[in-house]
Amino acid sequence: MTGRNETEQLTTLGVVDCRDGLAGGRFSSVDLTQAFLQRIDKVDGRIHAFLRTTPAQALEAAAEADRARAEGDLRPLLGIPLAIKDVLMTTGIETTAGSRILEGFVPPYCATAVEKLNSAGAIILGKTNTDEFAMGSSTENSAYGPTLNPWNLDRVPGGSSGGSAAAVAAHEAPAALGTDTGGSVRQPAAFCGIVGLKPSYGRVSRYGLIAYGSSLDQVGPITRSVADAALLLEVIAGADARDSTTMPVEAPAFSSALTGDIAGLRVGIPQEYFVAGIQPEVEKAVRSAIEQFASLGAEIVPISLPNAELALPVYYLVVTAEASANLARYDGIRFGLSADGETVFDHFRQTRGAGFGPEVKRRIMLGTYALSAGYYDAYYLKAQQVRTMIRQDFDRAFSQVDVILSPTSPTTAFRIGEKVDDPLAMILTDIFTTSANLAGLCGISVPCGFDGDDLPIGLQLLGPPFGEEKILAAAYAYEQSTEWRLRRPKL
Amino acid sequence: MNLTKDEVAHVAELAKLQLTDTELEEFAGQLGQILTYAQQVQSVDTSAVPPTPQVLPLTNVLATDEARGSLSNEQAVVNAPDSDDGYFRVVAVFDDSGA
Repeated sequence: MTGRNETEQLTTLGVVDCRDGLAGGRFSSVDLTQAFLQRIDKVDGRIHAFLRTTPAQALEAAAEADRARAEGDLRPLLGIPLAIKDVLMTTGIETTAGSRILEGFVPPYCATAVEKLNSAGAIILGKTNTDEFAMGSSTENSAYGPTLNPWNLDRVPGGSSGGSAAAVAAHEAPAALGTDTGGSVRQPAAFCGIVGLKPSYGRVSRYGLIAYGSSLDQVGPITRSVADAALLLEVIAGADARDSTTMPVEAPAFSSALTGDIAGLRVGIPQEYFVAGIQPEVEKAVRSAIEQFASLGAEIVPISLPNAELALPVYYLVVTAEASANLARYDGIRFGLSADGETVFDHFRQTRGAGFGPEVKRRIMLGTYALSAGYYDAYYLKAQQVRTMIRQDFDRAFSQVDVILSPTSPTTAFRIGEKVDDPLAMILTDIFTTSANLAGLCGISVPCGFDGDDLPIGLQLLGPPFGEEKILAAAYAYEQSTEWRLRRPKL
Repeated sequence: MNLTKDEVAHVAELAKLQLTDTELEEFAGQLGQILTYAQQVQSVDTSAVPPTPQVLPLTNVLATDEARGSLSNEQAVVNAPDSDDGYFRVVAVFDDSGA
């Protein structure tokens, strides 16, 4: 396999295709890895999805994978190259979380999710761009410059996993890992016309994930098909002795849930999610997706989530409070940027003032305020109580339905720069996604159409905690009955 | 609601964040705007509602009592801006004036 077209053709393959092609001997891991590296060389100058690539290591690992395969190694991801969001620690590969404060930081240990991919035989192509410390919805908050949307270079790819989503949409990788604290896997997947899966809180280890909101963060796959998302989740899921917030439950074989048959599946439509402010084309696409589910034999059930409107304010109080505590570790002493303060407190102030970007400072400030004496009860405690009410809404809803359907985001990808000066407007783009993190639910975004500017629209399916099989089954049946997945960005 | 510049400076000191004058002014407006939005939660009656600090039905998760490997001393200080003989070096926390 050496022809130019054949090489380019390899980059259209997803994870399952790569696995089958490698197993069938149709191409080697070196062919495959070279194809994706060439594709990155060709297009990444235009979209800036990667912060850094690791071509020499990747090709060496690919050659090793080919040798192992010849000796009978059958690991599920053997020789398949993937991209990793730069908030996940990778031993020996610089990891910055999109921040100046971690510039040059080379982790001495590896995130469990990445280690599991490696153990399954996967190869790392490089680290993808992210909003600084995953704080943002557009990837414009990266200290290393924004990522652009492969469908339209004037648009954001979404965020914070915008680098991973753009890389996968632009065929620079068959799939990538992202992280989702308030929608950061699902929303960029929607903006880039691909699939993004946020597992239930506790499904995937957070060990080695640079902490943002510890009660909300989850690692999830970003792929071009539901089957690929299921396969990657099978590999990264499971209890981890190094993360006490992983649930001690067996991860099922998620791929087996993808039967295409969803007759009788109860799909809940929350009335509160179809209100003013949704871009009309998004609402129209989601409404026709509901009809499609009905025609596949699903039962459409109107439901109510009375506290839906409170999810976003609660999220912003909880996540910033947790962030302010988590980011206290950046003190310029053990790792990262270090200023030259004369006293130890000057050293902290100057290091943090110089190392963090504006959005990170804003969130640390908001969280510190919400946790500070005199405001704790009115903001942080109150938010935690309303969080309980939001969970109870979902408990009630999931006693009536199997999955909940909504738009992933109220709009398609917005313009670069459109919302950077208006933090509140940026926050509002997360309106349909944050509640899943607050309640520990699983959620998936799948493509469901395009707007008049040819920008992708995403459909969100939410499931109860540890109900990934249901949302994957529903997403797969829908995906296979439509042709949205066949459209590709002209890059 | 708006925060005063002094309030913003106080919070910045709690967070050990050095902010420029421009940042102090910008944040006074922006934080005020976001807090006004967040104040929605205060109108909710939560008198009988317990807080949710985390969502998992797990308590007292204990590790098995067995020795495991860890980072070597060399690895632990490898990213330190300033280290000496396997230790992190910091500026003196106490002065030596004897006061």
